Amino acid sequence: MNLSKIIKNAFLILLASLVLTACATQKKSTGQLQGDVYTGSDSVEYLASGVPDRVFFATNETVLTTASRETLRKQAAWLRKNSKLNIVLEGHADERGTREYNLAIGERRANSAKDYLMTYGISSNRISVLSYGKERPVDSGSNPLSWSKNRRSVTVKAN
Amino acid sequence: MLFRYFFILLIIIPIKAIALIEVDITRGNLSPLPVAVSPLSIDDNSKENFKKILKKENLGLEISMIVENNLRQSGLFNPLNKDAFLQKPDIANLKPRFEDWNLIKAQALITGKVTFVDEKLRVEFRLWDVLAGKEMMALAFTTVPSNWRRVGHIITDKVYERLTGEKGYFDTRIIYVSEEGPKTNRIKKLAIMDQDGFNNKFLTLGNELVLTPRFSPTNQMVTYLSYFRNLPRVYLLDIETGMQEVVGDFPGMTFAPRFSPDGKKIIMSFAKDGNSDIYTMDLENRIVERITNHPSIDTSPSYSPDGKHITFNSDRSKYQQIYTMDSNGKNVKRISFGNGIYGTPVWSPRGDLIAFTKLHKGKFYIGVMRTDGTGERLLTENFYQEAPSWSPNGRVLIFYRETKTNSKGEGFSAKLWSIDLTGYNEKMVETKTDASDPSWSSLLSN
Repeated sequence: MNLSKIIKNAFLILLASLVLTACATQKKSTGQLQGDVYTGSDSVEYLASGVPDRVFFATNETVLTTASRETLRKQAAWLRKNSKLNIVLEGHADERGTREYNLAIGERRANSAKDYLMTYGISSNRISVLSYGKERPVDSGSNPLSWSKNRRSVTVKAN
Repeated sequence: MLFRYFFILLIIIPIKAIALIEVDITRGNLSPLPVAVSPLSIDDNSKENFKKILKKENLGLEISMIVENNLRQSGLFNPLNKDAFLQKPDIANLKPRFEDWNLIKAQALITGKVTFVDEKLRVEFRLWDVLAGKEMMALAFTTVPSNWRRVGHIITDKVYERLTGEKGYFDTRIIYVSEEGPKTNRIKKLAIMDQDGFNNKFLTLGNELVLTPRFSPTNQMVTYLSYFRNLPRVYLLDIETGMQEVVGDFPGMTFAPRFSPDGKKIIMSFAKDGNSDIYTMDLENRIVERITNHPSIDTSPSYSPDGKHITFNSDRSKYQQIYTMDSNGKNVKRISFGNGIYGTPVWSPRGDLIAFTKLHKGKFYIGVMRTDGTGERLLTENFYQEAPSWSPNGRVLIFYRETKTNSKGEGFSAKLWSIDLTGYNEKMVETKTDASDPSWSSLLSN
């Protein structure tokens, strides 16, 4: 192996490790994103003091994150206190999917939230589900942060 | 009443010669055929009458412009500039001086005559082979004057069919969703227009969200999704009478509707408790049949033209992919195996291809594949585009495209685009407002 080849290989290894570090930093939380789930509070409204109205999802995912489950437990406690209230769970998707599939995934996200509320004692006849697919984004940006805010299930008072 | 159909009488004058010129349609628009569309001749009396009724200065010229525009838009023809024409319309229609048309390199010539007869519009036209010096076709139509644009489209269909050997797609309409307002709160209305963008009409007022209108193969009915009273349900709309009715009134969301090829059934998705499956409803007896039964999301179903098969997308293999099955739900087969995710499959009216949307590495593609999934061909790449719909001859795809917004979230737009099956002739379809979810009608007349 001649010198120039060794230098070239060393350079490639250096380059590769730089790329890897870059990837690793991206995967970490960037303040408002964990993985690609939104963790900020930009669009979040409150049903009552300390009870956020929405939970967020990863791309193509409908399972609840740890943070989402915590939010929903707070919602369940608030709903138990306000037993006359009914709610609509509005499921949403980001703009990076086909319209019809997004309607289905919005419905599935809202139902993930519904199922969790039910396990915390909220009767299914107090909850209705409405999917908007990608029709009602809360953030009009075309970037990963905007998309993460739009992948959501929002709990709305029905009466 | 939103629309009224008028039958067009077709009187066929015998055809004398055999076609000598041919348009090669297999390669798209590589060498469009030079064609001269002469203004149709019109006598002074007819001119005055049509001016009064239709407010058109010269109806003969206007109809020829429709034909010319259609031919140009197809990408297969190159209509020549009328300024270079040496012969007057009336004389050309009687007996063209072929040397004159040869001189400007026209290979085909269209001439004709417009007359006002018994309150009706009578149009005759002839197609000539300039090199052979022969008449290829001669037809006459009689109809109500208000149908004048359709006459131009029917002439184009006849010329297109004579020169390419395939049915045309010009006497057709597009139903779509008109969009206005900010991206976070779009106002959406059903709208319909002629294939060339004229005669645009709104069919709903924008009070509720409407999505995914699709034409029936019988043409007068449309099925779509409406959020009327915040209940997303599949509806049926008769565009002739304006009558609307809900057809998917199930205890949950119904969406993604399409007609069966005979127009008698609607196939759609029904979502309940977080699961979407595919169902059909017979429009006559309202019998509902469940076609898929799987815990994954099954949606965007589309029938094969013989009604024997269904293609749809499902995430049963984790991500959205394209599947086919028999019309009773048996023999489910995954057919998309390329890189990326695949959705919105639509079976070609010719039966041999399935058009789809594909997402791969952050880009969206419109493509086609054979019905067994082989021979995948991507036609166009963009930031966002989806929902292809076939022209009735299976030659052109119309779809919609959305723009990327800037760092402030501004600059969003949605537009209709069309592309030839070969991947050539990609162009924006002009609409007055932003537009999405296009669906192409079948030919209004045959």
